[in-house]
Amino acid sequence: MNLSLGPLQYYWPREDVLAFYEQAAKWPVARVYLGESVCSRRHVLRLADWLALAEQLAEAGKEAVLSTQTLIESESDLKTLRRLVDNGSFQVEANEWGAVRLLSEAGLPFVAGPTLNVYNHETLGVLAGLGAVRWLPPVEMSRDTLAALLDRVRNPHPRPLPQAGKGEAVSLRDARLDEIETEVFAYGKLPLAYSARCFTARHYNLPKDDCRFRCLDHPDGLTLSTREGEPFLTINGIQTQSAGVYSLLNELDSLRELGVAALRLSPQSRHMGRVVEAFHAALSGGNVAADVLARFMPGKPVDGYWYGHAGRESSFDQV
Amino acid sequence: MPLELICPAGNLMSLKAAVDNGADAVYMGFRDNTNARAFPGLNFDEAQAAEGLRYAHERGRRVLLAINTYPQPDTWTRWVGAIDRAATLGMDAVILADAGLMRYAAENHPGLRLHLSVQGSATSYEAINFYREHYGIQRAVLPRVLSLAQVENVVKNTEVEIELFGFGGLCVMVEGRCLLSSYCTGESPNSAGVCSPAKAVQWKETPTGLESRLNGVLLDRYGKNEKAGYPTLCKGRFEVAGETYYALEEPTSLNTLDLLPEMLAMGIAAIKIEGRQRSPAYVAQVTKVWRAAIDAVKKNVAGFKPMPVWMAELNKLSEGQSHTLGAYHRPWK
Repeated sequence: MNLSLGPLQYYWPREDVLAFYEQAAKWPVARVYLGESVCSRRHVLRLADWLALAEQLAEAGKEAVLSTQTLIESESDLKTLRRLVDNGSFQVEANEWGAVRLLSEAGLPFVAGPTLNVYNHETLGVLAGLGAVRWLPPVEMSRDTLAALLDRVRNPHPRPLPQAGKGEAVSLRDARLDEIETEVFAYGKLPLAYSARCFTARHYNLPKDDCRFRCLDHPDGLTLSTREGEPFLTINGIQTQSAGVYSLLNELDSLRELGVAALRLSPQSRHMGRVVEAFHAALSGGNVAADVLARFMPGKPVDGYWYGHAGRESSFDQV
Repeated sequence: MPLELICPAGNLMSLKAAVDNGADAVYMGFRDNTNARAFPGLNFDEAQAAEGLRYAHERGRRVLLAINTYPQPDTWTRWVGAIDRAATLGMDAVILADAGLMRYAAENHPGLRLHLSVQGSATSYEAINFYREHYGIQRAVLPRVLSLAQVENVVKNTEVEIELFGFGGLCVMVEGRCLLSSYCTGESPNSAGVCSPAKAVQWKETPTGLESRLNGVLLDRYGKNEKAGYPTLCKGRFEVAGETYYALEEPTSLNTLDLLPEMLAMGIAAIKIEGRQRSPAYVAQVTKVWRAAIDAVKKNVAGFKPMPVWMAELNKLSEGQSHTLGAYHRPWK
C-alpha cells in the first residue's frame, strides 16, 4: 500500500501552488494527481503549467496523473478535457463519463475517479473493460460495502448472456477486472457536492461570471456553520466539502486486509508535509497517535462513512 | 413529438390524476430503494404497477419506471430483479443511472427502452453519447445545472432525446453528485434513494423560535411570522463568516413556463415535472396547467406568453414562496 497526493481542490495563488509541488516532490508519495478538477474559471495554472509540473514530479520519481474537471458544462470545458486526454505523456483520472468515453476511444489506460459513482462490481467491470487500471470508490462508501464489492471482483459470479449463443448461456468475465487497483480517499475534507452555482461568489454577493476569484482568499475553503456555531460544511467555489477532516490513519490494518493499493491524501494549505509524514510513518509500521495528526488538521477529524454511519460522525470522539 | 409532458406518479391516484389531466407519460418507482424517492407509503408494488400501466395504455399514454439509485454489491439482485419485472410488465422505458445496471438491461432485455436518469449526472454530450454507444439509450434527463445555451449545445451534438426538468423542487447540486444528505444522516439519494430523510427530521418549539434539525444538525430556526418548509439540507440557513443566510439555496422551486418557446425551438423532447412525493391533487393541478401551456406554445410559438392564471395557480402550489428559472437563466449561478 502506498500514498497518493490527490488533486488540489482549492484555488491558490500561482506561487503557492508551485511551492507546494516543489515540496511534494520530496514527500514519500508514490503518485501525484494534478490539474484543475473543480472550477473552469480558475486559471493561474494552465494545462502547459500542469504538464510542466507533471514532468518535474516524474523526474523526482513520482507517477504523475492528470485529473479531469468533475462538472463539464460548456464546449470550452470539453476542449480542455480533450487536450488533457491527448496530452501524450501522462495517465488521466476520469471524473465524469465524458472523459471515460474519450479515454476509452483513445485506447488509453486511465484512473476511474471517485465521482464516477462506482457502487458495485458490475460497474467496476464496465470500467475495467474500458481501460481503467485504478479506481476510487465514492467517498461515502463504507468499509463493509467496499469489502463486499472487492469480494465479488475476486470471486466473480458468471454473467449470463442469454442472446449470445443458441439457447446456451455464455458467461463473460470482464477483462482486466482482477488487475484493477483500488485507491481510497483516506485524508482530507471530503468533496461532497458540485453545483452550477458558485457558493463563494454567492457569499460575496458576486455573480459567478464576475466572481473576482474570491476563492483565492480561502486556501482551505470557507467554513459553513450551523446557527449554533457548529462547523458543518466547507464552501469551495462550486464544490461543497465537509467541515470535518476525513482520516483513515487508524484503519490501515483493515485497508491492507481489503487489498487496497493506495491511499489518497487530499491537499491542504498548511502542514501537508506533516500529514504525509504521519501516514508514511504509520504505513512503515510506526505508531502514530491520532491526536498527533489532529494537530495538523484544518478541522475536526471524522470517519463516519467508513463505518457506514453519517459521514460527520467520528470514532475519535469516543477515545 | 417534441415537448412531451412527463408527470410524477407517487401512487395510483396520482398516476390517474396525471393521465386524466393530460400527461403524455408518467414516471413511477417500485416500492423499495431501487428509486430515488424511496419514501414510506410511496410507490408501486407489482399489481399496482400493472394497474397503472393498464390505465395509462388504455388512454394512449406511457409509463416510465425509475430504477435510478445505485445498486450495492450485496443487493445487486434486487436492482436486476426490478429491471426484469419492468420488462415483464411491459414498461415503456426504464430510467437508469448506474452503468453496470444499464449494461445488464441492454444485454438481457434488448427491447426495453432505456433513459439515462438525472442521477447519472451526465451534463455533456460526450457523457450522453457514451451511454448511447454502449447501451443504446434513447433519452437523457439533464441535471438542473446547465444554462439554456449549454442545453442547446448538448441537443445539437447528440441523437439522444433530451428531457429537462420544468417544474417542482430544485436541486442546487448536480444530481447524483451530492452526498450532503449522507454526510448528515448516513443516507444519500445515490445509495439509499432519499435526500434529507423524513425519519431524521426533528421539529422543536424553543424560546428563540421553531427549530428544524436533521439528525441533530440545526438546519434552520424560524421566527413567528416565518413560514417553515420541509428541512431539505441545502435549503437551510447557515452561518458563513459571521453572516447568517441561505448559504446554498433559498427554499424556492423551479418554474420554467417562461422558457417554453426556447425549449420547443431547440428541440427538447420532454419536460419533466418533479414531485412523486406530492399529493394527487397537486399532480392534477400542475399537469393541467402544463398541458395547457405546452398546447399553447405548440399552437403559437411567437405569440406565447404564460397566462397570469397559470402562474398564479403554480405559485399557489409551489413549495417555497418563490420561483426561479434556476441554472437555465445564467445570473442564477
